[in-house]
Formats: sequence, C-alpha cells, structure tokens
Amino acid sequence: MDRRAVYKTAWIGGLLLAPQLLLVFTFFYWPTGAALFWAFTLERPWGGGNEFAGLDNFRMVFSDTAYWGAVWRSMVFALGSTALAMGLALLFALFCDRQLRGYKAYQTMLIWPYAVAAPAAGVAFRFLFAPEAGVFAALNKIHPDFWNPSVNGFHAMILIVVAYSWKYLAYNFIFFLAALQSIPRALIEASAMDGSGPLRRMWDIQLPLLAPTMFFLLVINITDSFVDSFGIIDLTTHGGPSKATTLMVYKIYFDGFKGLDYSGAAAQSIVLMLLVMALTFVQFRFIERRVHYR
Amino acid sequence: MIERTPVLNFVTHAVLLVGLAIAFVPMWLVFVAATLSLQEINTPPISLLPGSHLWENLAEAWARADLGVKLTNSLIMSVAVAAGKIALASITAFALVFFRFPGRMAAFWLIFITLMLPLEVRIVPTYAVAANVFSPYQTILDVTGFSWLWQQLTGTELALEWNLLNSYTGLILPLVATATGTFLYRQFFLTVPEELMEAAKMDGAGPLRFFREILMPLSITNMAALFTIMFIYAWNQYLWPLLITTDRTHRGTAVMALRQLIPMSGDSTGGGVPDWNVAMAGCLIVVAPALLVVALMQRFFVRGLIASDK
Repeated sequence: MDRRAVYKTAWIGGLLLAPQLLLVFTFFYWPTGAALFWAFTLERPWGGGNEFAGLDNFRMVFSDTAYWGAVWRSMVFALGSTALAMGLALLFALFCDRQLRGYKAYQTMLIWPYAVAAPAAGVAFRFLFAPEAGVFAALNKIHPDFWNPSVNGFHAMILIVVAYSWKYLAYNFIFFLAALQSIPRALIEASAMDGSGPLRRMWDIQLPLLAPTMFFLLVINITDSFVDSFGIIDLTTHGGPSKATTLMVYKIYFDGFKGLDYSGAAAQSIVLMLLVMALTFVQFRFIERRVHYR
Repeated sequence: MIERTPVLNFVTHAVLLVGLAIAFVPMWLVFVAATLSLQEINTPPISLLPGSHLWENLAEAWARADLGVKLTNSLIMSVAVAAGKIALASITAFALVFFRFPGRMAAFWLIFITLMLPLEVRIVPTYAVAANVFSPYQTILDVTGFSWLWQQLTGTELALEWNLLNSYTGLILPLVATATGTFLYRQFFLTVPEELMEAAKMDGAGPLRFFREILMPLSITNMAALFTIMFIYAWNQYLWPLLITTDRTHRGTAVMALRQLIPMSGDSTGGGVPDWNVAMAGCLIVVAPALLVVALMQRFFVRGLIASDK
C-alpha cells in the first residue's frame, strides 16, 4: 500500500471514484438503510407514513415457528450441499492433480457445470428426478411413491441439495485444483525421495497445505447456500411440498412480494444480512492473518 | 513423477471417471430428453440414447418461450454488465491505488463492505429504489428542507423520478454496482512496478494518459478474465431480472424464460407435469451460450474466478 510515486491531484481521483460511489450508495447503502427503517417501523394501515415499532417486527419474526422452520431448513441445506460439493470436489481435485494420462479431459469436464445457470440446473434435475419420467421412474412403477419429491418433503430437499451441489462441485473443484497446483513441486518430490507413496503425500503434505483453501471455500459455500438458492427452489419445488424446501431467502421473497409484509420481510433480511456479515467477517479476519504470516 | 503404483492408478482413474460421470451424465440425459417425443419421454425407464425429435423440440421451446427475444435481452444485459464492470472497476481501482487524497481509505471501505450485502438479502428495498432511482435523493432533499425551499423559490414542486422497471438500465446497473471486479483490478494494479509510473511522469504523462496508454494495455488478460466471469454471472442471474421485469414478453431474460416451459403452481397452467422434452430443449438453448463462453475462455474464466473471489 505504501507507494512513493502517486498522483496528488485530489479532484481527478475524486472524479474517478464518483461513479462507483454513487452506484454503491444508490443500490447498496440506501436499500440497506431502507431495510433497517422498515424493520424497525410498521406501516400504518390507512397510509400516512410509518410508525416506530422498536423491536416488534423482530419479535414477530422470532416468535413465528414458520420462520424457525425456514432457518432450520437453511442450515440443513447449507450443511448438506457444502459437505457434498466440497467433499467430492476435494477428492476429484486430489486425484486429478496426480496428472495421470488424460487428466486434462477430466479437468475440463469437471469445470463446465459451473457455466450452467443454477435455475437451469434446477429444471434439469427436476426432470432427472421426476417421479414419472426421470431416473427413478422405473422404480416408481414397481413401488409407487418410492421416490416422489412433489409429495415427500425429504425427497424434495435431496433434490435441491443435489442440483445445487452439482454446480458448486465445479466451483470448488476449480479452487482446489488451483491451490494444489500452487504447492511447490519440490516439496512433493522431496517427500517421494523419502519413500512416501502418493496417498501418504496427499495426507501429510497436500491436505495440510490445502487448509486455507478449505476454510475459504467452507465460508463461501455456506454464505452462498444462504443467498444463492432462490433460483433452484423457485423452478423446482416452489418451496414445497408443504414448505419443506422454503429456505430463508425464499421466505423473504415470498413474505415481501407475495404477502406484501414489508416490515416482516425487512426484519428477516436484516437477520440474514447479519448472518452473512458475520461469516464474511470471520473469513476476512482469517485471510488477513494468512497474508500476514506468508 | 516416475513411480509404479498400478493399483492406485486404477483407483485414480476409477474415481475420476465417477467424477466425469457426475458432471457429464446429467448433461447427456438432458440432451437425450430433448430429442424424444412426448410419448417416449413419459415411458419409463429413462432413455439413454437420443431419439429423432431434437429439431422439433428446439423449435417448439423456442416458440413457446419466445427465446429469440429473450436470448437477445440476455446477450445485451450480459455484455453490458461485463463491459460496464470493466470500465467501472478499472477507474475505481486506478483512483484507489495511484492517487493519494483525503477520504480515499473511507471510499475503499465503503466499497469493500458492499461485498457483505448480496442482492438477495436486500431485494425488497432495492426493488423500491429501482422503481424510482432518484427516490433516495428525493428523500434526502425532502428531509433537509431543500424541496420546501425549492417550492418557495420557484413555485413548482420538486419531484425527481427515474423508473428503471422494465428497462435495460434497470437490469444492468445494480449488477454493475457490485465491488468484485474492483478488487480484482486493485490486486493487479498493486503489482505494477512503481518505476513504470515514475517513468511516465518523467516523460510528462498525466494520470489519465498513464492510465490509458500504460495500464490498460497491461491489463488485457485481466480484462478478459473479468469479462468472462461477469458475462457468466450476468447471464445466470435469475432473481433480479424476475423482479425488475414485469413486462416479461419484451424484457424477460433467457434464464427467466425457463418459467414458461415449466408449469408453475401459481400460474394459469395450474402445476402438473411439464412437457419434459420441450422443457429440456429449452434448457439446452438457454445454457448453451454460457457453456460456449466458458469452453472458449476456460483459461481466463478460471483465472478470473480465482482472483476475484477474495
């Protein structure tokens, strides 16, 4: 950060910063402020502005069992999809990094799913897991409702977790592979000279050196699973059956735009915002420390 | 590395083949589904080999969801977001790295914190802003009493309004506002040796000239990376376009158009089983451009993704 050669013409610098600051103010800080305002006030039923409601909106939200249900399901979704997407990605990256014949082909194919829009992946998996036409259709013929995400909430949750993880598997794979490739080859070679086999090297050298990447991805995956699940849910299960896949973001959208309960939706937004901020904060603290020690 | 581990090599290939299957089989089955007739697709077990109805299904999906218009909209939106992002990110990062002036660090943090406020957590109020972009400023003027003063002085009411609903600007601007690219550019500018700037100064180049003639050409790969990543990001947006376009026939995007191929429980179609062959053909069309960009720009894509998400 400490450069000797800099420009000191403040007005040019300010002018260059202005567009971004204007956009950030208009589309980030003002809406966030508005969310705070709505969260702490209640619209008067016959118009005429909002009246201050203190923590009432939050009390309403927190005393609603439907809200806690959404929180609980978001946790299940976050843990399920993170474990699935990260675990598989790590396994594939470690093996791909052995660079056996044809590894480039594996590598390329494993990256592609990331280009697929989450809602499209959702629609695709809705078809693949459709009880009447998908992979399980034949089993359903023998045993009706062996698999039916439109009736069974647990099946619906599996469906959105799988569709979401399929895309994030590719994302995590890219990061793991890049991290593996940045490990100095000399380390691996020295270890091989000492007589360790490939598995031993994975366990004792590559995995510990991947720890920062793993932590980074863990935070990103959990954060994204909270905010990025909307498209998949909206096109596969619509939050059903009987709210079994209504996660926090979907509930905010539903309460805000369908239920027109701005105050309730705003209070929920604030809670989700705090959650995301806490996660991001943890991540930046960690990254800062890593940079510091390097 | 030269070592003989035949068993492990076999296991490695087996595991990677499973990975390949996980990535590829869903895509293949979607493709196969898009080639079948409605009757064939609803007869389990699921077919593994393509049929002969691909073109019909593609044409049907194209017509049903009006994909010509939607793909054009998506393309306009994605290119504009990517280009706007590059322009905005580069000048912002330039000001942050190469200038010293009061308030610079404050601006840095203001931009930085936005990384913690994804669109999804502030959708309802952002929608309100998009309905009238000037509403924040109107409120500020009202609260500070400026509007009142204006009315006293000119006798006209001060009403600022700029509605972004159903406009390309509305689709694009909020996505351009994010801070990701700014940090990618900042990282890059921090690695530019100081001597370059000193030399430029010595030769009499001002800041804008230095930016245009030295920094821009140096950041070509950076630009390609950011362009790819932002293109994909914008192409795959769903929630924001859904909110801001009420006029779905003219301003809807391709990914949103998937809704028209899948009966939604709340719609007039009343739920029920979609025509899977047509829906899957639609999926193929919608996903194809993004896949193509990633396939062609893979190197930049990977680079951009890894550098920007910090």
